[in-house]
Amino acid sequence: MAEIGTTKVKRGLAEMFKGGVIMDVTTVDQAKIAEEAGAVSVMALERIPADIRREGGVARAADPRLVEQIMNAVSIPVMAKVRIGHISEARILEYMGIDFIDESEVLTPADVTYHIDKWQFKIPFVCGARNLGEALRRVSEGAAMIRTKGEPGTGDVSEAVTHMRAVMNEVRKVQSMLEDELVVEAKDLGVNVELLREVRMLGRLPVVNFAAGGIATPADAALMMTLGADGVFVGSGIFKSSDPLPRARAIVAATTYWEDPKVLFEVSKGLKEGMTGIDARTLVELDKMQVRDN
Amino acid sequence: MIIGVLALQGDFREHASMVRSLGVQVRLVRLPEEADFVDGLIIPGGESTTMGKLMATYKVDRAIIDRFNAGRMAIYGTCAGMIVLARDIEGSQEQPHLGLLDVTVQRNAFGRQKESSEEDLDVEGLDTPLHALFIRAPVIIRTGPSVNILARVARGPVYVQQGRLLASSFHPELGSDTRVHEHFLRLAEQSSNQEV
Repeated sequence: MAEIGTTKVKRGLAEMFKGGVIMDVTTVDQAKIAEEAGAVSVMALERIPADIRREGGVARAADPRLVEQIMNAVSIPVMAKVRIGHISEARILEYMGIDFIDESEVLTPADVTYHIDKWQFKIPFVCGARNLGEALRRVSEGAAMIRTKGEPGTGDVSEAVTHMRAVMNEVRKVQSMLEDELVVEAKDLGVNVELLREVRMLGRLPVVNFAAGGIATPADAALMMTLGADGVFVGSGIFKSSDPLPRARAIVAATTYWEDPKVLFEVSKGLKEGMTGIDARTLVELDKMQVRDN
Repeated sequence: MIIGVLALQGDFREHASMVRSLGVQVRLVRLPEEADFVDGLIIPGGESTTMGKLMATYKVDRAIIDRFNAGRMAIYGTCAGMIVLARDIEGSQEQPHLGLLDVTVQRNAFGRQKESSEEDLDVEGLDTPLHALFIRAPVIIRTGPSVNILARVARGPVYVQQGRLLASSFHPELGSDTRVHEHFLRLAEQSSNQEV
């Protein structure tokens, strides 16, 4: 008998995204451009992070009609965001047959204490993390994929770099730990020691780990791959730039050929202006999206 | 013998480590010249539109077709790899593909991700069932006369062979059962011996 919605099946779809680019889109036309450029998936949302940041107010899940139109317009998998802890926004997307749900700090959290119990869903979830503890706590809650938080909507890659380096560094540390040290580490991180043992054995997270938050150029994507990302999300970086299709294509190529400076040179040259961006260091704590959960 | 794994996008690392676990040398293929000297090529799971576009842009498609047609290598495609190998893609014929395997595939034949599943599959030539993982998987809806069906589900064939071409809708690389890869290595071996 065929079994649906199993952990293997959920984590398996994330495996298929590896080496690829997932692009934020807000219209059917943008979704088609993303597919044409070679995106492995699109994230359907009403406002991209840069606009959420600029306009302020409460950011909620997108209108299901928009998500539905995008699902009907492309053949690649479609993701959509829900507010942290918003079980009902997630139930609506699951009912619609979305392929992946992002429980995202980019939207205004609905629950300041609890994340969604993601084991209760047949659809896989991706969640943001700044370090190993956050990543593993999300995996314990049922996340089938992790991404760095970075600082969304800034076009500044530095926070994504910090988060990817933190996760990789902590994984290496865990790999060298003795059993007694591991038990204490698990307690400090607030995670199950079994899960930490798995990390020690694998030398990586037990799920796919993408980079996200501030990636704006082909070289940014290549940098994140160099640091050990399995693939990249590009939010505002494409459709806030002056000529989205060539930039999207270039970022796709850079994610595949991240080790090949010749290809990176070819795809990087002559791209029209990128998004203006904000230096993440100038943000006050209150404006940071990455600190909305932990 | 050297097995190439097409590393443009998708779960190529899992294929590479499964082949290495069987004691065979692996080469990741991203550029046309990297397909030289391989006796078998695995096209992994991933997104078929992404892989197809990159293959066409960087001319890896030509290199693969030429080497296969010269009888120098076997090819195995999983999931997206099966789509890329197919002659015809239902409703999506315009997406770049190799067109070597004489079948018509239907993409996402089971539906969206919520229909993705795992199940035990009876496979021709194997005495015990194979545990198969179907992820937004394609199904074959037409097979040419030279295509052998090795396994099927209610919706249609999911594992086929045409000479030295092998294709599966499911993902043996995500499990620990190496029998499909062992079968492929035997096909690649024939290409390897021929060269000597």
